[in-house]
Amino acid sequence: MKLGSVAREKTRSGFLAEVRRRSGTNPADCYQCGKCTAGCPLTFAGDLDPARVMRLVQLGQRDAVLQSRTIWLCASCETCTTRCPQEVDLASVMDALRIMAREAGLTQAAREVAIANAGLLGSVKSRGRVHEMMLVLQQNLRTLHLFRDAEKGPVLMLKGKMDPLGHKRGARDQVRRLFENVARMEAAERAASTTPRCACSDEGGEA
Amino acid sequence: MARVGVFICHCGENIARTVDCARVAEYAATLPGVAHAVDYRYMCSDPGQRLIETAIREHGLTGVVVASCSPHMHEVTFRRTVARAGLNPFLCEMANIREQCSWVHEDREAATAKACELVRLMVEKVKWNTALEPIHVPVTRKALVIGGGIAGIQAALDIANGGREVILVEKGPSIGGHMAQLSETFPTLDCSQCIMTPRMVEVKNHPNITLYTYAEVEKVDGYIGNFAVTIRKKARCVDEALCTGCGECQSKCPQGKLKTSVIPNEFDLGLSRRPAIYVPFPQAVPNVPVIDKEHCRYFQDGKCGVCQKVCPAKAVDFTQTDQVVTEQVGAIVVATGYDVMSSGEYGEYGGGRYPDVIDGLQFERLLSASGPTGGEVKRPSDGKVPETVVFIACAGSRDRSHGVPYCSKICCMYTAKHAMLYKHKVHHGQAYVFYMDIRAGGKNYDEFVRRAIEEEGAVYLRGRVSRLYQKDGQLIVKGADTLSGQPVEIAADLVVLATAIQARPGSDALAQMLKVPYDGYGFLSEAHPKLRPVETNSAGVYLAGACQAPKDIPETVAQASAAASKVLGLFSMEQMEREPTVSVVNERTCIGCFDCERVCPFGAIEHREIRDRRGNLLKVVSHVNEGVCAGCGACATTCRSGSIELRGYTDEQVFAQIAAVGV
Repeated sequence: MKLGSVAREKTRSGFLAEVRRRSGTNPADCYQCGKCTAGCPLTFAGDLDPARVMRLVQLGQRDAVLQSRTIWLCASCETCTTRCPQEVDLASVMDALRIMAREAGLTQAAREVAIANAGLLGSVKSRGRVHEMMLVLQQNLRTLHLFRDAEKGPVLMLKGKMDPLGHKRGARDQVRRLFENVARMEAAERAASTTPRCACSDEGGEA
Repeated sequence: MARVGVFICHCGENIARTVDCARVAEYAATLPGVAHAVDYRYMCSDPGQRLIETAIREHGLTGVVVASCSPHMHEVTFRRTVARAGLNPFLCEMANIREQCSWVHEDREAATAKACELVRLMVEKVKWNTALEPIHVPVTRKALVIGGGIAGIQAALDIANGGREVILVEKGPSIGGHMAQLSETFPTLDCSQCIMTPRMVEVKNHPNITLYTYAEVEKVDGYIGNFAVTIRKKARCVDEALCTGCGECQSKCPQGKLKTSVIPNEFDLGLSRRPAIYVPFPQAVPNVPVIDKEHCRYFQDGKCGVCQKVCPAKAVDFTQTDQVVTEQVGAIVVATGYDVMSSGEYGEYGGGRYPDVIDGLQFERLLSASGPTGGEVKRPSDGKVPETVVFIACAGSRDRSHGVPYCSKICCMYTAKHAMLYKHKVHHGQAYVFYMDIRAGGKNYDEFVRRAIEEEGAVYLRGRVSRLYQKDGQLIVKGADTLSGQPVEIAADLVVLATAIQARPGSDALAQMLKVPYDGYGFLSEAHPKLRPVETNSAGVYLAGACQAPKDIPETVAQASAAASKVLGLFSMEQMEREPTVSVVNERTCIGCFDCERVCPFGAIEHREIRDRRGNLLKVVSHVNEGVCAGCGACATTCRSGSIELRGYTDEQVFAQIAAVGV
């Protein structure tokens, strides 16, 4: 790990500042006590534990963080956020990291999770509500696991949790406006991140 | 006929659990000379003490034995009790049946038998006890403070404000110490000189303070309340009374030309140069220059003398010589401070070869407005503003291989401050701190360190730097971040080592002169680590500041004020009472071999001439100065003619005890 050359330097503070801006919480506050890791239900599955993710963010190790599986396996249960003694919102840091990873096209580490996320959003966007059956079929087709979890289908259908025709459609217009708003905010975000800004002055602009 | 009273204490369960106290009392009552024996649950309690008082009056006791805890605990208590009942307090002895019996034994029978024995021995001793009267020693109510840093200044001001005279001796040409060199102080970032200089001026102007700068304590004689101190005032070669502090001499000194001067400026820790006649820093107190004779051309080859010619006050006097003065004082406060380990001690960090590897004090000078760069952070080698600075904490501290296993205590805080101040001065710069642990115990201390990390963007890396080397005008620092488990390499422009805090060289010699114990690192030892933190085992000598152990400014000031209050407490009496358990010499039998003088650790033995009526010298014998004697008994056991006796532990008393063993 090389730190300190001026070029690296900009990357370092740039990455930390960007995570801070996007998550609305300051990863530099983390003092590496490990309480998040101790309580995380998914530590066993990830490649980095949550405290390590925070540490690498502090050190500006952009690639290592964005390519990790952990950020995708995070279930956003927010146990870490709830328990953090320094009040760092880790779940929102993970969110920010996923967004940044997707923007950078660095989703190989957890391709299936990324596909599921995209599928879910696509479904909501087009119908105003998730079409569970369609989502599962799409996922299995795209990941080439055609019959994965197929045996659970009938049970879910019997319990009314999944409908081959899809549930009643949601408020499509309102959902569409939501997506438009998000698209607008993301455009503003992109414009913002191209102009260098001081990490400490931009919190106000977040809301 | 002796009438001894024996009082057996249960100490709650502490003694009674293992010793049958009632049986011990019964046994004691049968001993010859014992008029009264009783046991009680808590002898030190009010009812317990009343029990003793009543028994003394009712039974007309001539001696008392309290069988309970160690005399360290309650000898004073019971001697006072005895005195209240009208008996001389030194007719009371304690038999220790707790620490030396019940606590260390399990067998109840054996322990009870041993307690009986201990009581019997003490009864035999107390039969030989005689009434002793406390010794009165006059007190010279004037204090000496050694060291003119913040510790010495605070102690001197507190004593002086308490209405007593103080002599403040400072080795260097100005008072102020290390605190005058600092930039800003943690955790409030007060400007160090701004809060320091008013105190320095106060010292100078205080009617109760006599200030000796450029002076050293050469010799200390005497004892608490009555020290005679010899002080050498080194020749400044500038008359303090005439000098106006105009600065003409130092600006004209040919040795001081910026480009040609080779004399490192001690105040800037070698980061700048100074003339041969100089005032160490602009706010120096006194603002009187001093001639560095080693570098002065006049003293080296007899030529020059420019300063004398240009001095409008005719204050420069090359013929001045050292003056030796003797002062009488009653108490001494030692406040000689610390030094930082040289950054050259570390071979793996360049061993002093790289100009851009500096220590924490040097970085303070780079940050200070009065420093060599006027407060701009510029690195020593080429004056470039460093864009990446690496701070290495524990450089020397907690490192057995460098002889410093202890924590220097202040480095965590000042390193956080350095990282912060650097960021304040170089906005685009990046500070990295290598640390092992962050020790920031203190009011607002941890918050301060977190601020450096969270708000000022200092990157803290947990690990020790293994080595660093120069490459392309930068310093490549090789370390590790154990939190991420990765090796780290940083190309730095400047490296600051938080080197270990060490005792001043020569502190051991000073300690020997004052007869104060010191530890293996040269730090002076307090009398008790918890309960007597400012006193020493040498009565009348007190400690303040980092000469005792590494300390920050608030702690130093607190200890200095504590030392001052001890001094003022001592000075509240015109005469001081001392325990009479000291040695006495039988002048008739003393043969004057003075073996006692050689073994006395306190220097209490004096020579006394015995003359006949016509004034002819008959012989020279030993005499014990009662004010100095601590009653250790070394002389009494050494004396080959058996002429020395320790009061309260006479041969009769000790032999009586020995004779009673196993009867």
